[in-house]
Amino acid sequence: MNQPIYYLLLVIGSFFCAYRMMTSKNILSAALYLACVSAMTSAILYMLGATQVAVMELSVGAGLVTVLMVYAISVVGKDASDPAPIIPRGFAALLCLGTIGILLWACLPLIPVSGSRTAQPLIITLWQGRVLDVWIQVVLLFAGVMGILGLLAEQAIRKPDLNHTTQTGK
Amino acid sequence: MTLSPVNIILIGVFGLLGIGLYGLLTIRNLIKIVMVLQLLVKAAIIGLVLAGKVSGQIDLGQSTAATVLVADTMVAVVGLALAVQIRLRWGTLDITALSKLKG
Repeated sequence: MNQPIYYLLLVIGSFFCAYRMMTSKNILSAALYLACVSAMTSAILYMLGATQVAVMELSVGAGLVTVLMVYAISVVGKDASDPAPIIPRGFAALLCLGTIGILLWACLPLIPVSGSRTAQPLIITLWQGRVLDVWIQVVLLFAGVMGILGLLAEQAIRKPDLNHTTQTGK
Repeated sequence: MTLSPVNIILIGVFGLLGIGLYGLLTIRNLIKIVMVLQLLVKAAIIGLVLAGKVSGQIDLGQSTAATVLVADTMVAVVGLALAVQIRLRWGTLDITALSKLKG
């Protein structure tokens, strides 16, 4: 399973899905292509040995976020077309290719460190070495839930004002 | 240069970053911008785990990747909620039209 051909296939597949996500006219198709990228990302993570993060990515990235995207698209409706870009596409592509070329020139070839230390279980690393990260995750989850509640509540409060403005305008 | 799995994945990380950067420069639809941000963060997550594997600290790479994953999910949730609210109030998802709004 550690043959380079598997990694190559996954990388090419994720490139294809990412490109189709960018160029797709239908925004629902773009969301599904993003879910495919998530699934391939989780496969790459699993093959790298990060099994716990791979499961999280598959359940959250390909599951929860896709469901949220489809819900948002269903609320937004058909009017989800992508207008023409301000920056010319050729210039943007040139800029991105230049950036990626410089990064690849600086980083390749990547040589793994030999004689590395033995890896600890993730739960020990999280709860002993990176406990601050766990607290940050808790705060982020709390902030996300409160943000959504705030957004929904704001709409409920502002609705009467809009009606009032319309009536006085008449 | 031999294409070892580590180098293939590094190319994949930079490729996804490039596609995401191109999307951020060209896309004007708010929901698609959230999708492109997701794409960029996926590349960053693979990069973190790859760095952990290369340095022999896969546990550290996993813990940081998990934190980034949670933060990314929150960004997506709040971004989508904002996009839906903006579409319902102003009837557009074009960020150029939104930047011209006043009041």
